[in-house]
Amino acid sequence: MPELGLIIEVVLIFIKVYIVGMILFMLPLPLTWLERKVAGRIQVRLGPHRVGPKGLLQPFADMVKLLLKEDIIPDKADRFLFKLAPLLAMIPAFAVFVAIPVGDTFTIPGIDYVFKLYISDMNVGVLYVLAIGGLGIYGIIFGGWASNSKYSLLGGLRSAAQMISYEVALSFAAIGVVMMSNSLSLVEIVKSQGGGFWNWNLFYLPVGPVWFLIFFIASLAEINRIPFDLPEDEGTLGSGFHTEYSGMRFSFFMLAEYIAMVTISVLAVVFFFGGWMPPIDPATFGIKVPAQIMSVWGIGWFIAKVVVFIYIFMWIRFTLPRYRYDQLMTIGWKILIPVSLITVLVTGLMRIFLT
Amino acid sequence: MLLTYLPVLLMIGFATIMALVVLFASSIFSPKNPYKEKNKPWECGLEPIGEANKGHFRVHFFIIAILFVIFDVETLFLFPWAVLLTDKSISLFIFAEMIIFVVVLAIGLIYAWKKGALDWV
Repeated sequence: MPELGLIIEVVLIFIKVYIVGMILFMLPLPLTWLERKVAGRIQVRLGPHRVGPKGLLQPFADMVKLLLKEDIIPDKADRFLFKLAPLLAMIPAFAVFVAIPVGDTFTIPGIDYVFKLYISDMNVGVLYVLAIGGLGIYGIIFGGWASNSKYSLLGGLRSAAQMISYEVALSFAAIGVVMMSNSLSLVEIVKSQGGGFWNWNLFYLPVGPVWFLIFFIASLAEINRIPFDLPEDEGTLGSGFHTEYSGMRFSFFMLAEYIAMVTISVLAVVFFFGGWMPPIDPATFGIKVPAQIMSVWGIGWFIAKVVVFIYIFMWIRFTLPRYRYDQLMTIGWKILIPVSLITVLVTGLMRIFLT
Repeated sequence: MLLTYLPVLLMIGFATIMALVVLFASSIFSPKNPYKEKNKPWECGLEPIGEANKGHFRVHFFIIAILFVIFDVETLFLFPWAVLLTDKSISLFIFAEMIIFVVVLAIGLIYAWKKGALDWV
């Protein structure tokens, strides 16, 4: 008979997984609305405004439309892989969020139960996030190949080559963070940045901003967004790897893409912007604030930082043009990787001699 | 240990079930009216010529994949090194080792560069 504490823990894990999964599943609704509103703002037009007040119900209308669309499978397609690919793209995007913390712990007053504000604190969190996040490539390349259409095949191949090229730079940026924070666990990485904004990894001068730039550029390419959205380059490829997809299967690819955008924003916040740590910690000035209030305040900061990042991704999308494919490869292999190799050595020297 | 990785399985199961439920709902509500023209691969309205997935693609993608394997394995070696770096007793020794490792890989990168493996014409 297992003891009571273990049972409570397992039940809590079930509840947390359910809640996080539901939030992720519903996430594209506000994000698509926001993206189209931002697009409208930037291009001096209104954006969605007919369905509901300020177009707020537009995503629901889109959802109903996608649900009612015919699910077309081309005759020449490899039927099994064609059906499997959207799931393979979507499921890793969900699985990544298991390792992501939104806060440290919350001690429930009265019963003194320590409630963890993360699903699981893995000791190899960074590695897990990179590895599982990378699995999404399989969905895209299977989808592109199985459709048996030339545009899809080209889109899938481009996407695979682009993602693996920038995966190297992204891993290097993660190594930089691990060196600065001395841990692979995401919770520990955030804790090492506490105390005030001058302790954030971004301000670990002079290498912090360089790592952030490498991370940011590589992650833009990793989630296939402008200026690196060549797998979906509508000028040359139709719509890339999902040309042949329709209805719900198409929306699974979109879901995976939006979740990837949120994942990257969260990682940027955790790696470089101190996660749930507020920019100025009252404890540094000797002001005592109850731990519970600090936890809730921290979650607020975390969400605010993530939203700012999501907005920046949308802003970039509607501001910059698209790179050519050879330029993309040049940036990845000839600039980002040599720069990260040098920065690894500089960071190593700083960590050895300055701490 | 189990409690750390149990949520991964749960989340994968949850996502799979949700996806299958949504696909099932969609299959109930959506129309089914396939015909020959609709099920052709999309090629801007022209007749598709040949099969797309019978293996004709640039070999360059393959070269990039091989380079990726080399460099990704390198980054994997760097992760444990990065965690142990501030351990005073071994830090200078492992740092010197890593310099040698990185230089060897940098030579590899320069070689690939000079051979034109990174150029995309």
